[in-house]
Amino acid sequence: MGILQRRRRWHHPGMARLVFTQQLRRFTATPEIVAQAATLREALDAAFRVNPRLRGYVLDDQGHLRPNVVAFIDGRRSRDRVAQSDALGPDSQVHVLQALSGG
Amino acid sequence: MQEQDRAWVATRKGLFEMRKRAAGWSVARRSFLGEPVSMLLPPGPSGRMIAALNLGHFGAKLHASDDAGKTWHELAAPTYPEQPADVTGPAWKLSQIWSLEERGGTVWAGTIPGGLFRSGDGGESWRLVDALWYRSERAEWFGGGFDAPGIHSICPHPGDDGELLVGISCGGVWVTRDDGASWSLQADGMHAAYMPPGQTDNPNVQDPHAIVRSAADPSVLWSQHHNGIFRSSDNAASWHEMKTAPLSSFGFAVATDPRDADTAWFVPGVADERRVPVDAALAVNRTRDGGKSFETLRSGLPQADCYDLVYRHGLAVDASGKCLLMASTTGNCWASDDAGESWQEVAGHLPPVYALRFG
Repeated sequence: MGILQRRRRWHHPGMARLVFTQQLRRFTATPEIVAQAATLREALDAAFRVNPRLRGYVLDDQGHLRPNVVAFIDGRRSRDRVAQSDALGPDSQVHVLQALSGG
Repeated sequence: MQEQDRAWVATRKGLFEMRKRAAGWSVARRSFLGEPVSMLLPPGPSGRMIAALNLGHFGAKLHASDDAGKTWHELAAPTYPEQPADVTGPAWKLSQIWSLEERGGTVWAGTIPGGLFRSGDGGESWRLVDALWYRSERAEWFGGGFDAPGIHSICPHPGDDGELLVGISCGGVWVTRDDGASWSLQADGMHAAYMPPGQTDNPNVQDPHAIVRSAADPSVLWSQHHNGIFRSSDNAASWHEMKTAPLSSFGFAVATDPRDADTAWFVPGVADERRVPVDAALAVNRTRDGGKSFETLRSGLPQADCYDLVYRHGLAVDASGKCLLMASTTGNCWASDDAGESWQEVAGHLPPVYALRFG
């Protein structure tokens, strides 16, 4: 599949797209999510509805982003690790990755 | 296969099943290769075993196997309740599962930052033991080896399903006799040289590195403490220091003979500021008279340029009291078939070992 085709497949106007690191796949399902979401937390919650177990891998007991998990929104690292209130644009691309601080 | 012919080694990079065959011990199976395994519960009466993972990025997790490690499935991890905004101290976030025990159908999990959890369904769901977590004394606890305090030793009572003793670094020794509904602090007699004058005897700040209960006489408990070797012969009502251990009384691990409450093994290190074997020669101290005297056992252990440290869960004895296994932070593992008199190297290139258990 070429790059253009892949982009077309994932392009949903007004919808944010959320992708999880492949490293999570050895532990739990990581659905690629396309959702209407105003904030990072809303996008994450959409993914957690599909796979509730995913929540504990990304967020800690208090709902904070885990110390060694990092989220990029359109290429920029998210800032609110407590409430994940970072705003998403209508076509934002969100990548949830393992931070190298975690080893 | 006899239970004592199988052991489990939890390491920095996976869980290893060890089998004892005619030629000796060897690795029979690997699980979770590459992942840190902080503790394991060997197969119990139901056949279920549980492994605790401590994933560097994604947190502490639990997995269960009902076929002795052939296949695994994930369990719910213990989860702390919402932390009130005005509560200070360690965050109410699961950092590590440090101890796992099963007794009478209940599985217990001791954690960092100091919460005890229980499960009545083989680990499928967990409940925080509120009566211990909400004790006001918990505010005095502090980390020992980790940033936050943790429960590393869980000692059920073989004669009473409602009785449980836990060891906390650093928070002393706590006991319940009503199935977790109420708890009492029972570290009287321990002393802490790392505390300022006037605080050394405070039972709530003690650092018992590990505690084991005698199967032969459940009123006898042994502890390798940060500042020495302690024994209780009255079910933790009082503790007494055993001062005659050769080389050093500093260390982490302790095991006691399930047939003889007076016999126990320890692995001495130089001191807390230098955690290596004395003179770079690995040794095991054994007492057979309740701590009045000790003998140092070295046969088969490296006696030059050895810097192995045996963590608090890195020494185990089988049901016969004859076979011991010991494994180190350097990834070495040794076995003894004669109660520690002589040792054979079982493995020399394992990842750093966190815990080792027969079963």
